[in-house]
Amino acid sequence: MTLGSVPPKFKVSIDRDQCMDCGRCIENCSYGVYRREGDKILIESRKCTGCLRCVAMCPRDAITLTEKPVDYRSHPLWSREVREDIIKQARSGKIILSGMGNASDLPVVYDHLLLDACQVTNPSIDPLREPMELRTYIGKKPSKLKFRKTESGDVELETKIAPNLKLNTPIMIGHMSFGAISLNSQLSMAKAVTELGTYMGTGEGGLHEALYPYQDHMIVQVASGRFGVNIDYLERGAAIEIKIGQGAKPGIGGHLPGEKVSEEVSKARMIPIGSDAISPAPHHDIYSIEDLVQLIRSLKEATEWKKPVFVKIAAVHNVAPIAAGIARSSADAVVIDGFRGGTGAAPKVFRDNVGIPIEIAIASVDQKLREQGVRNEISIIASGGIRSSADLAKSIALGADAVNIGTAALVALGCRVCGNCYRNLCPWGIATQRPELVSRLDPERGAVQVSNLIQGWTDELSELMGAAGINSIESLRGNRDRLRGYMLDEKMLNILDVLPAGA
Amino acid sequence: MCGIIGFIDRTKSRMDGSSIKAALSLMNERGSGDGAGYAAYGIYPDYADYYALHVFFDNLGEPKKKVDELLQQLGEIVHQEEIPTTPQPGIKKVHTPWRYFFKPSEDLMSGKAASEKDVVTYIVMEVNANVKGATIFSSGKNMGVFKASGWPEDVANFYRIEDYKGYIWLGHNRYPTNSPGWWGGAHPFNLLNWSVVHNGEITSYGTNQRYVEGYGYKCTALTDTEVVAYLFDLLGRQHDLSYEMVVKALAPPFWDDIDRMPAKEAELNRAVRLTYGSALMNGPFAIVVGTENGIVGFTDRIKLRPLVVGENGNRLYISSEEAAIRVLDPEVKNVYTPRAGEPIIGRFIE
Ligand code: SF4
Ligand code: SF4
Repeated sequence: MTLGSVPPKFKVSIDRDQCMDCGRCIENCSYGVYRREGDKILIESRKCTGCLRCVAMCPRDAITLTEKPVDYRSHPLWSREVREDIIKQARSGKIILSGMGNASDLPVVYDHLLLDACQVTNPSIDPLREPMELRTYIGKKPSKLKFRKTESGDVELETKIAPNLKLNTPIMIGHMSFGAISLNSQLSMAKAVTELGTYMGTGEGGLHEALYPYQDHMIVQVASGRFGVNIDYLERGAAIEIKIGQGAKPGIGGHLPGEKVSEEVSKARMIPIGSDAISPAPHHDIYSIEDLVQLIRSLKEATEWKKPVFVKIAAVHNVAPIAAGIARSSADAVVIDGFRGGTGAAPKVFRDNVGIPIEIAIASVDQKLREQGVRNEISIIASGGIRSSADLAKSIALGADAVNIGTAALVALGCRVCGNCYRNLCPWGIATQRPELVSRLDPERGAVQVSNLIQGWTDELSELMGAAGINSIESLRGNRDRLRGYMLDEKMLNILDVLPAGA
Repeated sequence: MCGIIGFIDRTKSRMDGSSIKAALSLMNERGSGDGAGYAAYGIYPDYADYYALHVFFDNLGEPKKKVDELLQQLGEIVHQEEIPTTPQPGIKKVHTPWRYFFKPSEDLMSGKAASEKDVVTYIVMEVNANVKGATIFSSGKNMGVFKASGWPEDVANFYRIEDYKGYIWLGHNRYPTNSPGWWGGAHPFNLLNWSVVHNGEITSYGTNQRYVEGYGYKCTALTDTEVVAYLFDLLGRQHDLSYEMVVKALAPPFWDDIDRMPAKEAELNRAVRLTYGSALMNGPFAIVVGTENGIVGFTDRIKLRPLVVGENGNRLYISSEEAAIRVLDPEVKNVYTPRAGEPIIGRFIE
């Protein structure tokens, strides 16, 4: 092997004075880092992914996991990662796969946007004592209302309002399919959103029977592979989402490795056990906006025009005109997924290099839809890299109606962002179908954790709004006046349409 | 801070400007001497069919030439003059206030009643955004706004307010906190026959501004109140909503209240919030709007700014303070404070 082996990324060690030899580390590590030989626990650091399951489960805090210092000559251009990728490909000749979101070190625009707060001249509002309205309706809105007077002189509404989803908080959970993640993960999230009065996506994996009790809070997805799609599935969802693109991998289809296609997954997806589930890059019936219109209308027709239909696209440089086309296509909401969005499996080169940040995409879509006079008729849902209530507030101020979270919800379930989701070995029972691993995640507890997270962000959003003297989410939406840019160049400020800090 | 006052005589019997000046001056501790203004309806009976365009010119050279050209291109100027003023020690004259009586050309109109107003709106937006040194600050028919930086008495004396007689009067005493104290930034803010006086701050300004700008309005006054005039024009004129409905859109009931309403009413209120969410105004405010058919007063949804209403026969008064109303009419009856978001509407008797 002329290439040799690459040095391990992590160094795992056990403090033998602390260790009580209980073997929990061996049981918990699905990647096989630990094994027993005689009365000794041996460690194979090379296999470690940094999932931190062993550290969390060791009763003695005996395990130390460190990122290994560089074993290569350090170089600003030829980084360790670059060299390792080359070595991997020199060996395999294949596309390098990766899990979770964009791991490149690009600046985060969110961190260069600052929110506003009231001082003296207008009062900040105390959400504990005053009403604070976070309720959001997602769906088509008329551009104006018409009323008629009845004979008795009463005013009646003439305009018919299209079906909308009512969200008690502008936070939803994005689409992560059964297959990519475990049923227990989906159950945890489904319980949480149902309790909170918001929604989650099914992903393109169909709808498992166990989720039927939560179907009124689930948005069913129609992706290019059409996995799991039949009329029963469409009718069960609260809304339907057509997935055109995904932030982590714009322009390519989906791939669920065969090892994740268990019996249950195969049933929900309507594919054979163990077969790779590959959604094509394009929908083979959509080659233009007109085709998209047809699909939207047929889905609406099939569900008797009772459900909103969303269209999800990846944030790419031309996202604004594409969203404008979608806005005119009778879609009820456009979901925009930024390049920091997560994924079960994506070619690394896509994940780290294709697409644009969600912050910029929302701002330019909001602007374009306004220029075309259709902003109020369609909802914008932002997703892909929303990490905190501050990101959420900034997204809304940039023009989103609501956000989808993905990675954040998984982290609430225990995910340590180790980036190995495509291997079916997730030690936290999240991105795996192995029963022994799945059972590590208790859906009851998971639901509490996810619900706590969303509740915490919701309360923080209330406080941020109150500080800005705003008591309804409508008044934060697109409110660039409440944002300032810090250390952003003039062009970027123009695209975001925010003033610099101090102005 | 800021002191506001609105008056309407429902029979269109006219009142001169001296008492509104006295009433507004009573609220001087609500101002800072940085701006005051008046709007009066019914003051130009001889030119009642023409749009009275009040313009601040930085000078009567280039800016005026450009405005003249634009007006001549789009219609007919039947009369123009400098607005008569008397120098006041308390007022530094920075602009020349001018007025045109103008009729848009028939050729430009598509036969719809609304199109005349569209032409005038276009002119206002075009001049204010693109003609340097000129600001159209009043553009209604048979009405006019008079405003400047200064105390209410000084501004009134400067414009000789007592010489005008109107059946609607609005007055505003300004305490600017969030924008510069320039003449164009004083209230009332006007577009066509909509004039707005406002006490407070609109924290939803960024949202409201983006919303109206999507319909071609341009916010150029550097202050949040301007957008209220445009919201009224958009919802009241272009969308043809009643004044009650406009107020419902701008200061809607809370969702909890909507949830408790009878089904039909809840559906209507829900539709208003869904459709006009971007018009919803947040922050502390008390507002009086002058219109073609009367006046409309309302406060924000949690009533962070004061508003008092008084009535006497055909007269309705709305103000920040009861004392100011009593200066206008010592006999005033039925004085009360409206609920948060409740519209107070004074209409002419047909
Ligand atoms: S889990 Fe901790 S205490 Fe138990 S065997 Fe492993 S290192 Fe030792
Ligand atoms: S879901 Fe599991 S495998 Fe994927 S990043 Fe998180 S911890 Fe790692």
